[in-house]
Amino acid sequence: MSERNSTDMPLEDTVWTQKVSWIDKVPSSVGMAMVLGAFLFLWWSLSTSGLVPSIILPTPMETLDDLIFVTQNVLRGDYIASSLWTTTRTIFFGYLLAIVIGFGLGVLVGETGFGERSVMPLLVGLDTMPKVAFAPLFVAWLGFGIASKVALATFIATFPIVVGTAAGLHSADENARMLFKSMGASRWQTLWKMKLPTGLPQIFTGLKIGAVGVMAGAITGEFIGGGKGVGELIRLAATQLDTPRVFSLIIYLSVIGMLLYALVVWAQRWIVFWKKEQVLANP
Amino acid sequence: MHPAATAAHSNMHHSETVYELTHVGKTYGKDVVALENVSIALHKGSFSSVIGSSGCGKSTLLKIMAGLIPPSKGRVVLQGKPVLGPRVDIGMMFQQATLFPWRTTIENIVLPIEIRDGRTAAENARSRARELIELVGLKGFEEAYPSQLSGGMAQRASICRMLITDPAVLLLDEPFSAVDELTRDFMNMELQRICLDRNATAFLVTHSISEAVILSDVVYIMAPRPGRVAEVVEIDLPRPRHLDMITTPQFSEIVHHIRARLDEEAGR
Repeated sequence: MSERNSTDMPLEDTVWTQKVSWIDKVPSSVGMAMVLGAFLFLWWSLSTSGLVPSIILPTPMETLDDLIFVTQNVLRGDYIASSLWTTTRTIFFGYLLAIVIGFGLGVLVGETGFGERSVMPLLVGLDTMPKVAFAPLFVAWLGFGIASKVALATFIATFPIVVGTAAGLHSADENARMLFKSMGASRWQTLWKMKLPTGLPQIFTGLKIGAVGVMAGAITGEFIGGGKGVGELIRLAATQLDTPRVFSLIIYLSVIGMLLYALVVWAQRWIVFWKKEQVLANP
Repeated sequence: MHPAATAAHSNMHHSETVYELTHVGKTYGKDVVALENVSIALHKGSFSSVIGSSGCGKSTLLKIMAGLIPPSKGRVVLQGKPVLGPRVDIGMMFQQATLFPWRTTIENIVLPIEIRDGRTAAENARSRARELIELVGLKGFEEAYPSQLSGGMAQRASICRMLITDPAVLLLDEPFSAVDELTRDFMNMELQRICLDRNATAFLVTHSISEAVILSDVVYIMAPRPGRVAEVVEIDLPRPRHLDMITTPQFSEIVHHIRARLDEEAGR
């Protein structure tokens, strides 16, 4: 039989397909729905079991009810909407300032010996301090308005951007440096045309960590310094043991946070187009 | 001395000297002598190689020739003018292609022009870049990004980048050591073709004896501690060279001679 096959019958193709386990084939939308469903079920069973009082952990339904109320309030442009707007502005200005200051200091530290030896130790010293402890100082200096919250948000978000920028500038390899030197490139040209583009992935990592920090800074600032932001609403709701409200406000904050993060990721995809696959692998 | 490996420059004096190093030495710190009394003359249109074990001062020599570091002693003169820093008439190529991933092939190639003369000049250099791209056989990949090029193609692009400024001398630092051996042999023949086409003066640093012999008119054998030129071997094989010359007795005799000399130096 095998002899005949090898002589006068045409050999059949040996096409085969690789097996992929079902768990790797679950579509991401279905998978996410499953995970979310499991989480909601856990939450629901815990809050209705009677083990935890509903004043401490509201049921998902109570939270949804409140979320609908908050959403209606936001859509009417009522006080929750203006709080969200205040916090969004705080985050925006805080992040913008952090980017400008962080990038500027990062270039100074990453590019110059003076920055690395003289500025960086001071920055490391500041960074190791518990930055939230500065919040009362900012309130004393800048008042109960938005400025003191912006200051704290900036203060927290700046350091990762400095470190990301400085590390990014150091990431150019020896060949690229030699090449630019051999072409007679000036320091400015080397920085602008080679070191900065090379360091962009790390700079964006710093920006993403900073985006998380700016959220934390803004809300902490509002906890401590009062004002009109979402942080103040959360604090009030918590003192009144209105836990469903705390949850719905946190959900709104997380939406702002995710939008900010998505904005940075989108900018990275667009600007650092040559390193697409690493965008989401970074923290 | 071997018939094919006669004293250097015996039949070279008909063409002008492009690059000349005289009694060049380099000392790091107080007493680390990386290079001692090196004298090299590169003639117009010639291909020279330097070969030696690691630590023999090859890369120090190349960096001095590129104007990246200053010598401690001696004269370094290119086209009648002393080399006192990086110069536009020096073209360099490294082990890695070092193409920048945010630039297309042609944008990478005109980069030296952009650094030297600005964006407008770089735009104007594009037509010349296209000619070079055709010369190295990369036609059709002008707008491709480096991630779309194979290792050999990336090195072709870096050859173009080196040639775009029309340098007087090409300094090649193990240019194909990062690509696979088959590609490497082929690229070496391409390099010969490109150099002959442009009557380029080239200086190659390599670890491979057969690569040095197949490409070069002159091979400088270097020895370590302190780094110095131990012997200058002239290669009398006809041009253009072919890969099958590697199997000829003449070729293997030269290779054998260089190998013996390197072993002798290493054993000292």
